[in-house]
Amino acid sequence: MRQHLLGIEYLKKSELENYLSNAEAFVEVSQRELKKVPALRGKTVINLFLEPSTRTRASFEIAAKRLSADTVNMTGSESSVTKGETLIDTARTLQAMAPDVIVVRHKESGVPNLLVNHISRASIINAGDGLHEHPTQALLDCLTLKQHFAAQDRPLEGLKVAIVGDIRHSRVARSNIWAHKLLGNEVRLIAPPTLMPPYAGGAGAFEGGVQIFHSLAEGLEGADVVMVLRMQLERQSEHFVPTIEEYIAEYGINEHILRRYAPGAVVLHPGPINRGVELSSEVADGPRALIGNQVTNGVAVRMAVLFALATGESAISEQESA
Amino acid sequence: MILIKNGTVIDPDSNVEGEFDLLIDGAGIADLGRPGSFASATVQRDIDATGKWIVPGLIDMHVHLREPGFEWKETIQSGSEAAILGGFTTILCMPNTRPVNDNAEITRFILEKAQGAKAARVLPIGAVTVNLQGKQMAPLSELRKAGCAAFSDDGEPVYDSGIMRRALEWASMLDVPICCHEEDKSLSCGGSMNESALSSRLGLKGMHKVAEEVMIARDIELARTTGAAIHICHISSGRGVELVRRAKNDGIKVTCEVTPHHLVLTEEAVRNFDTNAKMSPPLREVEESAALLAGLKDGTIDCIASDHAPHESDSKDVEFAKASFGILGLQTSLPLILEFAAKGEISRRRAVEALSSAAARILRIEGGNLRKGARADLAIIDPSWKWTFDRDCNRSLSLNSPFLGRQLCGIADAVLVNGRVVVEGRKLEQSPK
Repeated sequence: MRQHLLGIEYLKKSELENYLSNAEAFVEVSQRELKKVPALRGKTVINLFLEPSTRTRASFEIAAKRLSADTVNMTGSESSVTKGETLIDTARTLQAMAPDVIVVRHKESGVPNLLVNHISRASIINAGDGLHEHPTQALLDCLTLKQHFAAQDRPLEGLKVAIVGDIRHSRVARSNIWAHKLLGNEVRLIAPPTLMPPYAGGAGAFEGGVQIFHSLAEGLEGADVVMVLRMQLERQSEHFVPTIEEYIAEYGINEHILRRYAPGAVVLHPGPINRGVELSSEVADGPRALIGNQVTNGVAVRMAVLFALATGESAISEQESA
Repeated sequence: MILIKNGTVIDPDSNVEGEFDLLIDGAGIADLGRPGSFASATVQRDIDATGKWIVPGLIDMHVHLREPGFEWKETIQSGSEAAILGGFTTILCMPNTRPVNDNAEITRFILEKAQGAKAARVLPIGAVTVNLQGKQMAPLSELRKAGCAAFSDDGEPVYDSGIMRRALEWASMLDVPICCHEEDKSLSCGGSMNESALSSRLGLKGMHKVAEEVMIARDIELARTTGAAIHICHISSGRGVELVRRAKNDGIKVTCEVTPHHLVLTEEAVRNFDTNAKMSPPLREVEESAALLAGLKDGTIDCIASDHAPHESDSKDVEFAKASFGILGLQTSLPLILEFAAKGEISRRRAVEALSSAAARILRIEGGNLRKGARADLAIIDPSWKWTFDRDCNRSLSLNSPFLGRQLCGIADAVLVNGRVVVEGRKLEQSPK
């Protein structure tokens, strides 16, 4: 039975924790002079990126290469999809080339789930599907927080995690909500009603354990972590916010508001940032931002996921990381 | 003459329910009598209906036959055969073909094809507006004279309230209802499932039920103003049912239908992105299907209609948001509704009424009863026949059903149209073409 990573929603707590602890072991590989281990030699990884992506694709490719896997990249613009081939045919064609892992990014929710139904011989990794999930992003966010709080002798548990911004359209938010619920952190969602997923609170979309705030000040109060989401400016035409200036005034994260309501908070952002919109440069470039660590950890987390799925082993041995 | 004996006659329209034999002479019902009362009659054929129900031929007033224009999905032949196997002797086909049924040519084409199909009767529904574009009224009188039994822009609402008002006034003069697809697409646009906690979780854009409710409210007020009859298609929201209930209490000429799938399934069916459970209006929460069942019980919802919407697998085996809306219905309607009768949720009589006589009453068409002298359109139902809906028994050209593989109970054992046996032993009679 092939294992897949379709979403954090489908994970057990122990699986999430395994990915994180394995990723910690892989962090070291990227700090070496020779950044390569033979763990996945002879394995083939296909990056099927049917939605534009620079950073996630680069991160997966680097992760696979540092594990010595052979990688092939396929993007939307150059693939047969633009010639009218259906997704399932593309997937079958790829499967016929016997890859071990297919990493898929797609603009529609549920595509990795669809592929699993049609592909039997490769593991599927969800690298972001529509508004649904982006599990490796949540894993790298968790790893970043785990490292940060470990340095203060605090566990990745019982933290107040505030997610701010366009949560409705964010797969990053969804994956992080599931992850922080699993870890036992307090999850607060801060957004105007128009940018909140419908029925997010109560026993709704996330089965409880999520607090809803429309006031930034109230939601930020005492937060340990502030996760700022990208405001997609193109949504302006869909009338989700009256004006972008109003959004900035009500929900923009800056140093002033953090000092006042969440002075000890660290800040995460999945990138790319709209500076001066959802996040001020002062915060983005300041000491509370862990944004650079997020990117570094992205590679380690993806190495851990690729390793686990391509080998079917949940934990890595000394030898394999050597 | 044909004698159907030893069965249980259920004819809600004539208030008959019990053991009767039925004598058919030519195209009509000659007589109804206590078992054995026609022993001396000279019959060419007798059909033993022991343990079975003899009911008026079922009527489905909401079907998509896809011809002309999309013959790979369904044809008038295949669709009317699927219908008759499902117990339906009359089906009404929606005008969203290519070209659209917005003129007498297309209406006549459909009627001619249906006659040649020698299966279920097909009554066309004409478009309300030209090319379903909501901009200009279709020639309603011409369509009516050519044989259209109702009007609808199904798939699209008639957005322009002024045009809707005029169309209602014109249709009322022709004595036919307008069947309304109630959806304010500015509220539902881009959605692919019910807007709910589940859609938020799956990251799929939702179609909120309020998109349906605001249009039901508008059309009820237009019906109130014009005195015309409206029929609400595939109602899916409890609040919508409540609006209809109040309108009926106010004496407004409003009727409505519900699909079997909105009664039987909930949005849970799309949790794993199953496109065979994607339709418009979408499957909703269990509270809504409970309210729909209550509406069916108390008569607020008049009838069952399948919204049979065939699509080839190529338009379903794709990304959820890209997949076509709609599912098959003709062969599964009867057993799914019988599930409610078997569970005691509704009486068998109400089931038969909702599947047959109610639509005849709404449309004022022939059929829907077994009175002496009535046209011999009837179905003999085996309510305890257990079967599974699968590729082999499916008669549609398409296979898009969330009920594939489902254990069903109840089937049309025999079906007569105009006194002619078209289905016997659950199979189509081989008719000389």
